[in-house]
Amino acid sequence: MSNPIINPKNLVYEKSSVLLDNTMHYCPGCSHGTVHRIVAEVIEEMNMQDKTIGCAPVGCAVFIYNYINVDFAECAHGRAPALATAIKRLNPDHLVFTYQGDGDLAAIGTGETIHACNRGENITIIFINNGIYGMTGGQMAPTTLVGMKSSTCPYGRDVQLNGYPLNITPLLAQLEGTCYVTRQSVHTANNVKKTKKAIRKAFENSMVGKGTSVVEVVSSCNSGWKMSPVKANTWMEENMLKAYPLGDLKDK
Amino acid sequence: MEEVSLLKGNEAIALAAIRCGADGYFGYPITPQSEIMETLMAQKPWETTGMTVLQAESEVASIYMVFGGASTGKKVMTSSSSPGVSLMQEGVSFLCGADLPCLIVNVMRGGPGLGTIQPSQSDYFQSTKGGGHGDYKLIVLAPASVQEMADFVDLGFTLSSKYRIPSMILSDGAIGQMMEKVVLPPFKPRQTAEEIIKQCPWAATGKPANRKNNIISSLELDPSKMEKKNVERQERYRIVEATEVRYDEYMCEDADYLIIAFGSAARISQNAVEILREEGIKVGMLRPITLWPFPSKVISKYAEKVKSMLTVELNAGQMIEDVKLAVNGKVPVLHYGRMGGIVPNPEEIVDALKKQM
Repeated sequence: MSNPIINPKNLVYEKSSVLLDNTMHYCPGCSHGTVHRIVAEVIEEMNMQDKTIGCAPVGCAVFIYNYINVDFAECAHGRAPALATAIKRLNPDHLVFTYQGDGDLAAIGTGETIHACNRGENITIIFINNGIYGMTGGQMAPTTLVGMKSSTCPYGRDVQLNGYPLNITPLLAQLEGTCYVTRQSVHTANNVKKTKKAIRKAFENSMVGKGTSVVEVVSSCNSGWKMSPVKANTWMEENMLKAYPLGDLKDK
Repeated sequence: MEEVSLLKGNEAIALAAIRCGADGYFGYPITPQSEIMETLMAQKPWETTGMTVLQAESEVASIYMVFGGASTGKKVMTSSSSPGVSLMQEGVSFLCGADLPCLIVNVMRGGPGLGTIQPSQSDYFQSTKGGGHGDYKLIVLAPASVQEMADFVDLGFTLSSKYRIPSMILSDGAIGQMMEKVVLPPFKPRQTAEEIIKQCPWAATGKPANRKNNIISSLELDPSKMEKKNVERQERYRIVEATEVRYDEYMCEDADYLIIAFGSAARISQNAVEILREEGIKVGMLRPITLWPFPSKVISKYAEKVKSMLTVELNAGQMIEDVKLAVNGKVPVLHYGRMGGIVPNPEEIVDALKKQM
């Protein structure tokens, strides 16, 4: 008796051919796996696997190249937009994207991010904002909320001591070089669909030379936040999305 | 007949880069080397050879643009001067960790810190001993003329891609700014996408159906694999040391005393040798052209023949350490140096040599 699930007639969803079979190392509840899957699906749907070069970050997602089956250059912390600039300019027919966390994009790599966006490089920046340094063990990030606890602000972020959370995405939207700046999330099925549409639009912009596209994905880091996956999603909705509301900031 | 041009060293670098088929230059202005990017921008090579030229927002961005371009198998370069090259050191370490070929030009000025815009050779340690973190080497070429500035661009690219080790042209403000006659190299076409895929099967060029995804990386969390990567790299360094040493000898055959100097210090020392020879003192000069790999063997050979050696450097005494290692105590090795942007005149070197006779 054959398994009815593998009958193509009954197939409603399958793993993208651009995803590798390696078991992901991400914690249960982490947003990275979902965003990786979306990126792979969009590359497959656009038929761009052989023309895509990704720029891997420092942090948990450094191993993105073990999961998404395209060529990758691994970047030093914060430097992905500089690599992507040269990769795209020297290979203009390729789809070039960076995948960066909040510490990467909004702290150590703020300069590279702003200048790549301001030059209007024809690249896509995927920005995973979970308000914490996940890989190094939960330290304060530029986007850590006021009062939010981390291992380097154990009593909560104090603006006198640590300054304010850096809301960088609206800042990038002001730059002439960006064509599409949006903030999404992947904590519900509906939001996953919206994020996929956003990444598709961003990748298409990169291929027609409209300028830089930035897709922020407000994400949870339940291990870093020390919460269960379900609690982390609720906390994200109630706190992160208030400081970082979802929606398009720019679409030209 | 070959066409002779009158050019600054910095201009020669730029024109040679276009001619030897470079794909990209990424840089940030700093004295005394800004003419390199200025010349490239004025030439507009993107309209002729298709070469990309981009002014980055910092030296950090420049070196990582080089990293990005090199990741895709392209012939890419940057240039800067001492403080800017210090800022690039993180990227240089990452380039070496990922075994990426590229060309870095350092037109040295005096340091430390902001220092001076005048010539110096005080980045010898940084260039030859590894200015960034980790066990790595750069292939370091030291031009002593505008002609060598032009010639070493292609040589630097060739050696770098052969061994997958970044090359550095270590020049200084004097060679960068002075004008001399130069014959530029002939035009070479840039590599096609197909040629790059064939010659750089490791590069991130876009994954076809018939191979695994290429990953340009310096990371390996398994210590046994990481050690293996390091051992392989060290073995490659030993091959470079055995096969790529370059140096120049001037009046060395019958020499009782040997001056060792590179770059602009060698140009001045050559005059000092001539003055001393006229006085009947048998002095020769050995000029390392590759600072790494260092010409240790030939220096060791001269340690059996000469009475003493004098290194002349525009620094407090850096290359002298490598000379002493090569000489291994067989003869005295002394140093004469000027710092802070002061360039010695030949008479000072003559006096320094006479003092050790």
